[in-house]
Amino acid sequence: MEKNIIIKVCMGTGGVASGGEEVLAKFREMITESNLNAKISSNCHAQKVGCRGFCSKDVLVDVIVDDVKTTYKHIKPDMVERIFNEHVINGVPVNEWLAGPEYNNFHDKQTKVVLSHCGDIDPEDIDSYIAVGGYNAAKKAVLEMTPEEIVNIIKNSNLRGRGGAGFPTGLKWELGLRIKSDVKYVICNGDEGDPGAFMDRSVMEGDPHSVIEGMIICAKATQSNSGYIYVRAEYPLAVKRLQMAIEQCLMKNFLGNNIFGSDFSFDLKIFQGAGAFVCGEATALMRSIEGKRGMPSPKLWRSAERGLWDKPTVLNNVETFANVPKIILNGANWYRKLGTERSGGTKVFSLSGKVRNTGLVEVPLGISLREIIYDIGGGIESGKNFKAVQTGGPSGGCIPAELLDTEVDYESLARAGSIMGSGGMVVLDENTCMVNTAKFFLEFTQAESCGKCTPCRIGTKRMLEILDRITSGKGKDGDIELLEELGNHIRATSLCGLGMTAANPVLSTLKYFRDEYIAHIKEKRCPAAVCRDLITFTIIEELCKGCGSCKRVCPADAIRGTRKSPHRIDKELCIKCGSCFDACKFKAILKV
Amino acid sequence: MEETLKKILKTYHENSGNIITILQDIEKNFGHIPEEAVNWFAKKLDIPASRFYGVATFYSQFHLKPRGKNIITVCRGTACHVKGSERLINRLCLELDIPEGEETTSDLKFTVEKVNCIGACGIAPVTLINNTVHGRMTIDKLIKEIKKIKSE
Repeated sequence: MEKNIIIKVCMGTGGVASGGEEVLAKFREMITESNLNAKISSNCHAQKVGCRGFCSKDVLVDVIVDDVKTTYKHIKPDMVERIFNEHVINGVPVNEWLAGPEYNNFHDKQTKVVLSHCGDIDPEDIDSYIAVGGYNAAKKAVLEMTPEEIVNIIKNSNLRGRGGAGFPTGLKWELGLRIKSDVKYVICNGDEGDPGAFMDRSVMEGDPHSVIEGMIICAKATQSNSGYIYVRAEYPLAVKRLQMAIEQCLMKNFLGNNIFGSDFSFDLKIFQGAGAFVCGEATALMRSIEGKRGMPSPKLWRSAERGLWDKPTVLNNVETFANVPKIILNGANWYRKLGTERSGGTKVFSLSGKVRNTGLVEVPLGISLREIIYDIGGGIESGKNFKAVQTGGPSGGCIPAELLDTEVDYESLARAGSIMGSGGMVVLDENTCMVNTAKFFLEFTQAESCGKCTPCRIGTKRMLEILDRITSGKGKDGDIELLEELGNHIRATSLCGLGMTAANPVLSTLKYFRDEYIAHIKEKRCPAAVCRDLITFTIIEELCKGCGSCKRVCPADAIRGTRKSPHRIDKELCIKCGSCFDACKFKAILKV
Repeated sequence: MEETLKKILKTYHENSGNIITILQDIEKNFGHIPEEAVNWFAKKLDIPASRFYGVATFYSQFHLKPRGKNIITVCRGTACHVKGSERLINRLCLELDIPEGEETTSDLKFTVEKVNCIGACGIAPVTLINNTVHGRMTIDKLIKEIKKIKSE
C-alpha cells in the first residue's frame, strides 16, 4: 500500500544557522536517489517549514508517515542517511535521536493561535497556507462583511496591541474607519528592535501570509487602500519571505486591484528599516518611511487622524495582525475567553538567556511567570539558581524570584515594575550581575536615543556615566539616590516611550537588587563576579594539574608555569577575559 | 562610479524612492557611503548634502568609512550579552589588532561590528561572519573561523 511521507525541516533563522539548508538538501538527495532505485514506492517529499519555537534543539526534523508525526532533534546532515534508511524506508524510527518528552512538554503547555501554523507550513508557498484555511478570513471580510462588523468583532475579542503598549486594537480601527479621507494607510510595525525579542521575526519568517491576511482585513475595516510593512534591516530572511508572499498574493489577486473579485483594492509594499531602535515608535517609524530621520513627534494627534504623510494611518504590530484572521474565523468570544478579563487571547514570548529550553512560547494571558520559566522553559540551565527575569527589553525591568508567581498581563507586569513589552523574556541566573545588566540596557537606550528631547539625550548619558563609575569601582555615596532622581525625571519629562521607559531597567534593579549596587559602591566588589574592574583571576595551586590548557588560551600571555607543575597568573598582564576560567577542566581557577 | 549612481537615480524615480532608499542602494553597491556619491545626488536632486548626512548618521546601517573585506558582526542582544558576547568582541579586537574606538583593521581585511539584536536569541551568543549566522559561538570557534578566512 502506498504511504504518504512528509519530511519537514525547521528553517527559521535558528534552523538555518544550525545547518537546516544542508539537512533539507540531503533529504531531497536521498529521496531522488531512492526513487531512482525504486526503493520506495511511497509518495514522499521534503519541505522547509518556519520556526516552531524550540530553537535550542535545532535542527528539528519531522518525519510524518500517514499523519503520524515523529520529531527528531539536533539533526546534522550526516545523520540524514540513517533516518532515511531506517525510518522512511523501513518504518522504524531512530529512537536515540528523537526529540522526546522534553519537546512534547515544551509544546503541550502552550496554546498556539499566532504560531499555530509556524513550523508546520512552508512559508514560501502560498498554497501551503491556503491548505490550512489561509485567506478564508480575508475573503470573508472583503466579500461578506461591512467595515463596522469587522471593527465590532475585533473590539469584542479584547485584542490589545501586541507591540507592548496594549492599546485596544478594535478602538484604533474604529477611529481609523470613522475618519474620512481620500487616502488612508495601514502599517505593520515589524521593527522588532528590543534586544532579546524574536517573536515577530519568527512569525514573518514562518507564517508571513497570516500577517498579510490580517492587514487585508484591517484595510477593509478602515477602508484603506494602501499599506506598508516596515521590517528591520537586520531581518533579511523575513524581508525575503514577505516579498515572496506579496508576489504570490498579487498573482492570486489577494492583493492589488479588486481583490477577491470585489470592488475593494489594497496595495501593499515592504519598507526596509535602516537600523534605529526608536523607529519602533509609531511616529518615528512613519518619518522613516517618508525617508527622514526617524524622530518621534509630540502626540498632538492620534496616528489614526494624522499619520504617514499626514494622512490617517492605522499602525499595528506583526503579532497583532497575525491574530486577526483567527479571530474573524473563530469569533470574538473564542478569542476573549483565552485570556484574562482585561486582555484577550494569547501572547507569544521569546524565552532566552539562562533557561534550559530557549525558544518561542505562546501562552494565554494570565499564566504565571513561574509556569513559563519552569514548566515550559524547563528551569535554569546547568543547575544554577534563578535570579531574575527581564521582560520588555530596554523599556522593561527585572522581576526577582519572590515575584515569580506574577500573572503575565499588561497590568500585573507594570505593577511589578516591568512591562509586558513586545514579549522578550530573558532569564538571568546567579552568575548575572544586575548592575551590569542595568548598564547594558542603559548603554543601549543611550546609544539609540534620537537626541530630540533633552531629558532622554542628556539624562541617559549622565545615568550611564554613574553606572560606568559604579561598575568600575569608582562609585560614591549618593550615586544611588542620584540615579533614582534622574530616572524619575527622565520618565516624567521625555517626549516618547523610549525616554519615558529608559530608566526602567535601572529603577527596577535598584528596587529589587539594591544590595548589589551597595556592594559595588561600598565594598568595591561584584557579587556575581562579572564586572571586569572588580574581579581577579587566581590559580589555586592545590587544584592545578599543570596541564597548560589555560596557558594556551590566554591571549595576553599572562600565565606562567611549566608542564605538570602549578601555573600562575601575572596580575599585571591579565586582561580578565576569562578564557582560562572556561578552559580549566579542574576548576582550579578562582574568579572573585 | 557614475554609471552605478545613474542606475540608483533611475530606481529612485521609478519607485518613488526617498533619501533612505538612495542611501541603502549606495551602501549596497559600495559597501559604505562615499562622499562623492552624496555630493552627486545632492546636486542632481537639489537636496542639500546635509540632509543626506543627517539621515546617514542617524541609522546604524549606513557607514561613512570604508569597511573591511570580511565583516564579523557580533550580536549584542540581551540573551547574547548574558551569554558572553562582550568577551567575544574584546577577544576579536585583540586578535585582529583593531584599535579601541575603531571597527576596521588598517589593511581593510576585517571589520568587527556590533548589532543590537538579530533575533536568534534561542542560539545565543550569535555571530554573523560575512552574513552567515553562527549560533552558540565560543572564543575557540571564533578564532578557528578567523584563521580559516585568513588562510583563504
